[in-house]
Amino acid sequence: MRYLDASNIEKIATGASLLGAGGGGAPYIGKMMALSAVAKYGPVKLLSLDEIDDEDVYMPAASMGAPMVLTEKFPKGDEFARAFNRLGNYLGTKIAGTFPMEAGGVNSMVPIVVAAQSGLPLVDCDGMGRAFPELQMTTFHLGGVAATPMVVTDEKGNLSIIETITDKWSELLARDQVVEMGASASVCLYPSTGQQMKANGVDGIITKCERLGEIVHQAHPDHDQQLAAIQALTHGYHLFDGKIIDISRDTRAGFDYGKMTIDGLNTFEQQSMVIEFQNENLVAYRDGKMVTCVPDLICLADMDSLVPCTSESIKYGKRIAVLGLPADQRWRTPAGIDTVGPRYFGYDFDYQPLEKINTEVQA
Amino acid sequence: MKYRLGIDVGGTNTDAVILDEHLQVINSIKVHTTADIESGIYAAMHQVIQQAKIAPQQITHAMLGTTQCTNAIVERKHLAKVGVIRLAYPASVAIVPYTAWPTSMVKVLSGKYEIIHGGSEYSGQPISAFDENELKKVLDKWQGQVEAIAVIGVFSSIKPEQEVRTAQLIKQQYGDDFPVSLSATIGSIGLIERENATILNAALDKVMRRTADGFTQSLVQEGVKNAQTYLCQNDGTLMSIDYAKAYPILTIGSGPTNSIRGAAYLAKVKQAMVLDIGGTTADLGVLVNGFPRESSIAVQVGGIRTNFRMPDIVSIGLGGGSIVRENSTGEITVGPDSVGYQIEEKALVFGGDTLTTTDIAVRLGQAKVGDPEKVAQIDLAFAKRAAAKIKAMLENAIDQMKTSRDAVDLVLVGGGEIIAPTELAGVRQISRNPQGPVANAIGASIAQISGDFEKIYSYEKVQRERALKEAEKLANQQAVAAGAKATSLSLVDVNETPLAYAPGKTTKVRVKVVGDLA
Repeated sequence: MRYLDASNIEKIATGASLLGAGGGGAPYIGKMMALSAVAKYGPVKLLSLDEIDDEDVYMPAASMGAPMVLTEKFPKGDEFARAFNRLGNYLGTKIAGTFPMEAGGVNSMVPIVVAAQSGLPLVDCDGMGRAFPELQMTTFHLGGVAATPMVVTDEKGNLSIIETITDKWSELLARDQVVEMGASASVCLYPSTGQQMKANGVDGIITKCERLGEIVHQAHPDHDQQLAAIQALTHGYHLFDGKIIDISRDTRAGFDYGKMTIDGLNTFEQQSMVIEFQNENLVAYRDGKMVTCVPDLICLADMDSLVPCTSESIKYGKRIAVLGLPADQRWRTPAGIDTVGPRYFGYDFDYQPLEKINTEVQA
Repeated sequence: MKYRLGIDVGGTNTDAVILDEHLQVINSIKVHTTADIESGIYAAMHQVIQQAKIAPQQITHAMLGTTQCTNAIVERKHLAKVGVIRLAYPASVAIVPYTAWPTSMVKVLSGKYEIIHGGSEYSGQPISAFDENELKKVLDKWQGQVEAIAVIGVFSSIKPEQEVRTAQLIKQQYGDDFPVSLSATIGSIGLIERENATILNAALDKVMRRTADGFTQSLVQEGVKNAQTYLCQNDGTLMSIDYAKAYPILTIGSGPTNSIRGAAYLAKVKQAMVLDIGGTTADLGVLVNGFPRESSIAVQVGGIRTNFRMPDIVSIGLGGGSIVRENSTGEITVGPDSVGYQIEEKALVFGGDTLTTTDIAVRLGQAKVGDPEKVAQIDLAFAKRAAAKIKAMLENAIDQMKTSRDAVDLVLVGGGEIIAPTELAGVRQISRNPQGPVANAIGASIAQISGDFEKIYSYEKVQRERALKEAEKLANQQAVAAGAKATSLSLVDVNETPLAYAPGKTTKVRVKVVGDLA
């Protein structure tokens, strides 16, 4: 057990933004909410998975909807207290604490806000180990934990509890309610027992984000050493350094689709990389050869400072470093690949683990 | 003959020019920028009028581009006590106003805020009912304790009416002259950043009154009694004194903008990249249809994150006085430190002991200043390597400002322009001009007046054509309010940005019109 204060939060936000793999929303609002909450209520207690009881029920907290709306209309602050209270009554149990469902700029921060306000502990795990666009794309879903009963609530006090037959239905019904509530709302989903979290959670993700943030934010940065430290921590590969020379975007059905082309720099001179994304980065090709694909992470950072960037903020001329990180093992099972593999996103090829493709390069 | 007087305050120098009615430069002057800024302005004004030998009453227009607002924010001086009213409750309470501001700044501004009922959803529906009595209670409480008020409504760029009504009620209670800043007129989408910009605008009220009144009075003292006076905005256009008092924040960033505009005017181009090399830094901007391209990301002002309109400028630590060194591994470094305005004492060519970029330029025969004998001992291969470094730094900055791989035309100005090579990768042609060093003051004096209107429309509710017409009409009204001649207005830019994720063909419409001085 340990406590998280403002300086921990700064680091976690940066690390989570890297694991957002190009998506996960703009980290600024999330971070500001978390910083405001700990300034008002004090530090947040963080428990590791082995410190929680198997029988206790924990409730993940997240923000759902249009990222643009969240920059203009953000929560009141008591949404989750109400949600936890009502859902606790509904389930006939007390909610013991909270945890994030995804590691991304916004939703890594929301549970910290909840923990600060409620005084409940935060648990060091999540349900993705990265960011993904849809609600059923979680390791809990893979493990057979249902997304519902799920709470959708807004700042005005409207609240609904949804029960559905599949997690895909939860996505559909919740998405509709969120739009009616002003296209951005607070949600609690995948209520889980300690035992389910131990079986399905991505263990230690908050600490991992914090370590990543610490590497990026160090006072006397040494680029090569930072890059090596990130790779060592994530078992990742430095896929590319280069300059964005082209970016195209298209918004369809509430998602941001696009493609960026990068001209190589440093040791990648004379090479070229193409990355395709749907909110999050999906596939990276170097000189026409696929080098990483979903569910493995394709992460972007400023080439010099290594501060993570979202695909939303990429523009021509930006110099970036591209990192490939292996996804959590559960995403690499047949069920995981069915849920978030290249074919789910419309690609006509099979998933290949990143280390298999890149071993000879790294060696 | 009628004349124009243009003054532009920079970090090192305050420049003044007088142009005739054909916009030809009659006289120009440079004085050192003073710590209080205003005495430098008055000195430049006095000298340029004296030296031009014209009758002061023949000056019909006087323009000032100044850094007083930026300075006031950085130094926390003369700022108003600002009350912040956010129309949003119950939304947005999770992040209150002034969060993440430097505490020294919050203290000066008094840190007062209230989040009251009101605001809109993205759809235009109310979040909660606006309550005039609730506002009145806040105003009763603040009576005599605040000097300006900033009003920020959630999604006010879609529905600005509540902010306008709030301003009416404030003026009813505190008097017509009481300064009120409305967020929909200042910033863009992103509540925190827009709120911060609105608070800063409100805080600058006294600074701008003092600046504008000081400028007008000192003109009168110089005998310039009949001139229309204007302040420069950061989009390269002018605003009347009254307009400037309402929107002081728009003067921030006007310096680089004036350089870009002046340079383009000298080079007679409307699309170009402009490189302004000074003594310590090189600023790079892009001119699109005669106006500087805007920054698309949040901009920090005095450590505060904002999203009001700012020119897109890249600044690098490379100027005519930048110091050149060779480090222990044999690598050549240039800047970011510089001998600055002491170049005529410290650079080798002037008999000093510091190797600067100017010395390299003279050694390689690129420029003829000082005494070339004094740099003859610099190893030629070393000089070439230093020049290659300078070239690479400039090419890198130019590349960062490009939006495509195509080569650009570059206009080169500023006192340090001699250090630039004659050819740069990614540049089609480079143009230089003998009046380049005072391009900023020229930019100030040739400026026109603009109206710049932004609103979010749902094209499902308001037909696109009607929306564009309405936006243009409101931009025209704004230009006239800022001092433009109504008959001279023309449309220079229409920008429609569809908002991702929001249904109903929600589109941000931005219209800019420009006209002549009334």
